[in-house]
Amino acid sequence: MTAAAKTLIIACGALAREVRALSDQLPAFDLRCVPATLHNRPQRIVPALERILDETGSAYERTVIAFGDCGTGGALDRLCAARGLERLPGAHCYAFFAGLSEFDAMMEEELGTFFLTDFLARQFETMVIRPLGLDRKPELRDLYFGHYKRLVFLSQTDDDDLLANANVAAARLGLAFEHRPTGLMAFARDLERLSTPLAA
Amino acid sequence: MSDEPELILADLSDDELVEQMKDDLYDGMGPEIAEGTQILLDRGWDANAILTESLVEAMRIVGLDFGDGILFVPEVLSAANAMKGGMELLRPILAANDAVKPTGRVVIGTVKGDIHDIGKNLVAMMLEGAGFEVMDLGINTDVEEFLKAYDEFNPDLLGMSALLTTTMPYMGVVIEEFEKRGLRKDCGIFVGGAPVNQEFADAIGATEYGGDASNTVELAKRFMGVNRP
Ligand code: B12
Repeated sequence: MTAAAKTLIIACGALAREVRALSDQLPAFDLRCVPATLHNRPQRIVPALERILDETGSAYERTVIAFGDCGTGGALDRLCAARGLERLPGAHCYAFFAGLSEFDAMMEEELGTFFLTDFLARQFETMVIRPLGLDRKPELRDLYFGHYKRLVFLSQTDDDDLLANANVAAARLGLAFEHRPTGLMAFARDLERLSTPLAA
Repeated sequence: MSDEPELILADLSDDELVEQMKDDLYDGMGPEIAEGTQILLDRGWDANAILTESLVEAMRIVGLDFGDGILFVPEVLSAANAMKGGMELLRPILAANDAVKPTGRVVIGTVKGDIHDIGKNLVAMMLEGAGFEVMDLGINTDVEEFLKAYDEFNPDLLGMSALLTTTMPYMGVVIEEFEKRGLRKDCGIFVGGAPVNQEFADAIGATEYGGDASNTVELAKRFMGVNRP
């Protein structure tokens, strides 16, 4: 714990880099992360957060939950309500990186859209291919993605390597590729609002 | 090339073959399941016996091991796909047999805005395996499609699946519409999907919440009065 930090941000591992990138814009904070692999077992997210909250107790004036609902089916919101905490708005990181209405518009435009963020473009093998077993059973691809038409890369930074990765990922999944840079503006705004105490 | 001698399914006795098919289904071996199914048919086995003794029984174990965290989504998906291959051979035979009355009639779909369908497909297949006649509306199903299917198919049960927190509430929309039209008295409404739980199912007024495919089959049979003392 840094002596000065009065704010604790508990983030999904998939957001750690992005939260750190905003250090300059946010009040001093400590960061604790929950493994991003819990994505695939969302029922374990709330217990993992509870453990961290119990450990840190009242050491911080403010605790921010840098998570979407992430498939907890409302359980995360119930945890937040019970402990007087707030989480990021929206169902998942794709929505709050893109901005909620922009995300809805993309789904409206083509429901068969699979999203990548910088994190997923970087960790495509670990976070997508392996958990879906596509390394061992490539023949499952069309059972998973048969209803999908396009892959949209929501990029947070301007990084040619990630862009190339995302392109290859789309080809590997047999999907058309689109790139929509989101930057970190919407995310920064949400995080700033949650980590800054309201003016009295 | 492997050193193991290749297993010739046709050389196995009936009992050995049924056991082998259970192993093969667990391992997601589609062609072997189709082949084994055909061999049993050729030996004069009853289609329903093949279904329940090998395919459904093996898939039940896959479901249990998935629930216990021994198997993961890819294994479940390949097992389900292997089972589908066997079912395709058996379905026409089962359908042609007028002597067997279906356990009940089910309309099922993944709700509007959602295109996750692995769990829904598995539930549909296990219900079919238990003798239900199933009309599968696929993915992204809106209330009009559910209503239309209700009119056409006259189901005993309506099943809805949702995997996204954002699409779960739509199940409530469909239930309300069925309620409003007075369609619920002769049609049970079952809901499921990973983020759904009993509490949510109760809140939207579903008849039953099915946590997994086997559990759903038991609940569906009970709803139809099968196994009632
Ligand atoms: C596999 C999967 C996918 C596959 C889907 C393939 C397919 N054809 O369905 C792919 C990779 C394509 C995918 C895509 C996406 N996914 Co997805 N996916 C999953 C995952 C890992 C497993 C779901 C699954 O199939 N489980 C296996 C089956 C057997 O289990 P089940 O569905 O729970 O079904 C059982 C029971 O629930 C029940 N049941 C199911 N249906 C029914 C119906 C009835 C009537 C009854 C009684 C019972 C019942 O019985 C079933 C059998 O036992 C979940 C995480 C998880 N562990 O749940 C995320 C998850 C659902 N996905 C998620 C997300 C965010 C997405 C994407 C947006 C990701 C992206 N990068 O774009 C896209 C969706 C885009 C879109 N256009 O909608 C989130 C949802 C978050 C939220 N807030 O709701 C989850 C929770 C992962 C996460 N934490 O991020 N996904």
